[in-house]
Amino acid sequence: MKGLKFIIAGILFGIVMSKSEAISWFRIQEMFRFQSFHMYGIIGTAVILGVIITYVIKKYKLRDFQGNPIVFTPKEMSVPRYLIGGTIFGLGWASTGACPGPMFVNIGYQYWAILIAVGGAIAGTYLYGAIKDRLPH
Amino acid sequence: MLEFLSQPWPWYTSGLVIAFVMVLLLFFGKSFGVSANLRTICSACGAGKNVKFFDFNWRSQTWNLLFLVGAVIGGFIASEFLSNGEAVQISQATIQDLRAMGISAPEGIQPEEIFSLEAAFTLKGFLILLLGGFAIGFGARYAGGCTSGHAISGLSNLQLPSLIAVIGFFIGGLLTTWVLMPLIF
Repeated sequence: MKGLKFIIAGILFGIVMSKSEAISWFRIQEMFRFQSFHMYGIIGTAVILGVIITYVIKKYKLRDFQGNPIVFTPKEMSVPRYLIGGTIFGLGWASTGACPGPMFVNIGYQYWAILIAVGGAIAGTYLYGAIKDRLPH
Repeated sequence: MLEFLSQPWPWYTSGLVIAFVMVLLLFFGKSFGVSANLRTICSACGAGKNVKFFDFNWRSQTWNLLFLVGAVIGGFIASEFLSNGEAVQISQATIQDLRAMGISAPEGIQPEEIFSLEAAFTLKGFLILLLGGFAIGFGARYAGGCTSGHAISGLSNLQLPSLIAVIGFFIGGLLTTWVLMPLIF
């Protein structure tokens, strides 16, 4: 099955986010209170490794397993879009203690209350789509 | 072995595996970004009929939905087979700060005061989760990505837009933590 590899990548992600407690509301609170290195360590390690890997992929023009070049499409430059959108996202991230990935991992962890947040996130996405042309980008 | 895996994993294993997942998706010809799925879900539910933003071939994003299914399964495996039921080991300072707001020390992964079904169906609990989720969905699409797309994939590519978005994530997170939460709790 062609899709199986994506499910496996997701499983790996779900397990590691759970086991490193990155899906915990408490850990997100601790991060925004600057009271532990834990979350900064997780994001920092991932980004440092990510920078190195991305550099290597570009430098050696590596290809994906089907032989197509791996391309990085840079985001269009803007300040309001990322700053306002990011800030709204952050307001929600700290209150639910879960960003989109961990939200779904929490479903698997059987914290059913998170389904309310997932419903909210889908509704929020819909509203953005409906009014996006009226927002500063 | 299982006992060893059932302890909480240190932060560097997590950072390592997250980077590995990102590379895996790149070599599968895709890119790591979870919140795009929320748009796909809207589209799959037929939102494209009314709103142009959702009028695209969502089936081309099936791979990402499968990743999401995997994430749910991963959470299930972790809770059922790899958990020793221990409370999250957060710092004493955080425990004290939260206690002052009426949130008791961790007994599991999530606080009872928000995530127990009892709390979730009080008006306060329900609104925290619903509006919090709403802000996440709205903000992620507005900013063009979430923690995975901007903080991990975007920063790895040294993109300025992603840095601005991550700064925004922190402005919002600090506002909730230091201004809104003391008002709500």
